[in-house]
Amino acid sequence: MIYFDNSATTKPYLEVLATFRQVSERYYGNPSSIHRIGCDSERLLTQAKKQAAQLLNVEESEIIFTSGGTEGNNLAVKGIALQHQQRGKHIITTSIEHPSVKEACKSLESLGFNVTYLPVDQNGQVNVQDIADAITEDTILISVMHVNNELGTIQPIEEIGEIANKYPKLFFHVDYVQGLGKVPLDFNKAHIDLCTMSGHKIHGLNGTGMLYIKKGTSIFPLLHGGSQELSYRAGTENLAGSVSMVKALRIILDKQRTHHHHLQHLNGQLRSELRQIEGVYINSPEDAAPHILNISLPGFKPEVVIHALGERDIFVSTKSACSSKNAGESSVLEACNIGFKRSLSAIRISLSHHNTEEEVDTFVNVLKEVMNQLSEVMG
Amino acid sequence: MQYDHILIRYGEMSLKGKNKKYFVSKLFSNVQSKLKDYPHVKITKNHDRMYILLNGEQPEPIIELCKEIFGIQSMSLAIKVDNTEEAIKEAALYALTNPTNVQTFKISTKRVYKDFPIRSQEMNRILGGHLLTNTEKYTVDVHHPDLEINVEIRREGTFITSEKIKGAGGLPVGTTGKSLLLLSGGIDSPVAGYLTMKRGVELEAIHFHSPPYTSERAKQKVLDLAKKLTRYGRTVRVHIVPFTNLQQTLFRQIPEEYGMTLMRRLMMRISEQVAEKEGILSLTTGESLGQVASQTMESMNTINEVTNYPILRPLVAMDKVDIIDISKRIDTYDISIRPYEDCCTVFVPSQPKTKPNRKKVNELEKRLDFGSEYEETLNNIETIEFKHDKAADEEEFADLF
Repeated sequence: MIYFDNSATTKPYLEVLATFRQVSERYYGNPSSIHRIGCDSERLLTQAKKQAAQLLNVEESEIIFTSGGTEGNNLAVKGIALQHQQRGKHIITTSIEHPSVKEACKSLESLGFNVTYLPVDQNGQVNVQDIADAITEDTILISVMHVNNELGTIQPIEEIGEIANKYPKLFFHVDYVQGLGKVPLDFNKAHIDLCTMSGHKIHGLNGTGMLYIKKGTSIFPLLHGGSQELSYRAGTENLAGSVSMVKALRIILDKQRTHHHHLQHLNGQLRSELRQIEGVYINSPEDAAPHILNISLPGFKPEVVIHALGERDIFVSTKSACSSKNAGESSVLEACNIGFKRSLSAIRISLSHHNTEEEVDTFVNVLKEVMNQLSEVMG
Repeated sequence: MQYDHILIRYGEMSLKGKNKKYFVSKLFSNVQSKLKDYPHVKITKNHDRMYILLNGEQPEPIIELCKEIFGIQSMSLAIKVDNTEEAIKEAALYALTNPTNVQTFKISTKRVYKDFPIRSQEMNRILGGHLLTNTEKYTVDVHHPDLEINVEIRREGTFITSEKIKGAGGLPVGTTGKSLLLLSGGIDSPVAGYLTMKRGVELEAIHFHSPPYTSERAKQKVLDLAKKLTRYGRTVRVHIVPFTNLQQTLFRQIPEEYGMTLMRRLMMRISEQVAEKEGILSLTTGESLGQVASQTMESMNTINEVTNYPILRPLVAMDKVDIIDISKRIDTYDISIRPYEDCCTVFVPSQPKTKPNRKKVNELEKRLDFGSEYEETLNNIETIEFKHDKAADEEEFADLF
């Protein structure tokens, strides 16, 4: 079995599962209970935040545990918009954001907010000057993703942060879900106010995530209730999930240091082998994140290719998992303007440090086979 | 070429005459223990400088850690080169061109090693000339330079340093003995502990715990504070006194308004006994004159009567806002404001005596009868030790992360 769909979700590390199990068994107390069992759980939760903060080089009080990327993005975007609407009602984002940012923005439009969706170039990159030009008196939020989930394109986050930093009344949110553990990002240096992270993209568990909220930034909660998570997110904490996410974070950041070349090497190998195949176009820019490679097979229906590969135990995807149930053109590739034929036939290969050279070879050979077989019918 | 050393300048202890050797070796072991997580660095000392050889480690995090060590006056990044004119020239050029935003400079040579053939003034001229001929945008300004390049020629080599980074000052923890800190969990006592440590004092702490009137979390708060203080001293031991029975008996037998004064006297007595047992020669409190009922002149007079141990009160003349500033800086504020009651707030009378009278208090105290409770309390003190390199929670939860 070859699993090349790591941007959809990853296989949890065994250590993460062990932690989840141990915490569930040993620390089942509610961190808000005032007895000793509750106190122990609270201490563990504090320790989890402390470790996460250390790993990300931020402060303990700046970490909120969430249920994942979608919640983090919604909490950041809506939370800032609702809390600071008296300052202004304008939001700037890009046309290639994850649906959890895009749809959150759309929902705000229905509440009377104005949203600017900036275009991207053929590589899927937003122009920094466009962002600067889009800022008005009314702008309260800039939300830009770090690594694009379909193309792997890395946005110029530090440069955007530089601009955002000149406007004290606006906040800068970064969707770091795909970049975490693969492409380093210094939150302080990039002047980021809010940053979304997800557990299951880094070999953690589904239903775990973190939102970084810079000290001094206030947001309107999505969930009201108890005063957990500094009152930004009510509800009994998912202690086992949170601790296990921190474990995954520790391991993936370790791997980021030791396996960066490995991912780059696999990416290079994929590119050079795929270039040999006629009819395959590489959509990801050269300087994209190493774990995502987007290709197009004009003339082929990507769903059919996915199923054919699946029959041979190879798993890739068409586009973002969160959009893949709507058939048709990928909206990310559409925004890149690379032509209808290419954006209709895109396949995303997403790697993890677990993948090997042999798997890449096998994949490329099987893809050739599948293309030959299908072209007899479709071509 | 790059900065490969951190040079450490000693604080006041350079004045301590014969004791200096002891101060230096204490500082040395404090630095060693602080930098335990950096096994590659090598630390050396002599009578007026300490050097951290980085061996490839990044200097920034190490400097941050060193800023928490008392006894360090200032630090500088340094390059060590052989005692040859060429090598010194090259290093000086690096020191000048490495930082940004520098336009004017000054060279200050110190020739500690008199066998080096070129005299200081001469060396200044040679180096200045070298820098000016090999660069374009810089000029010399001996009065207000953007950058002062220090060249110290010593027997073991020449150190070229620039910018001075301020250290924590004070004296190395452990050089001036031990004190027992009365740690309540509030904002003041950890700050008092910190300031005492700054004068080289090693701390132990004592906390009065009154379950079920005070919660597990109130105790946890104190332990977390003690843990924070280990950043400045290597080890902090906390003595937890099970205070419930004594407190209940006291408040049953004494008119309510005198309860606070007598309770404080009791705490002082127990603290003195713990100090004596541990070989500690003084007590430290976070008292600040006039803050609360127990900190009036009359209260201090009456409470202090029960012990002749010196009581260090580093906050006595400080304003609350200044105390809060320090507590924020040393990261204890957020812990201190956690809303759990301690033994002093649980039993606080609605109208405590702010001007207790010694005579009256002594009479009341004579009538008090604790039976065997006093001895039992002393026998049941729990002692927990924190070390800065091993926070207990990290140990306890280590396998989960």
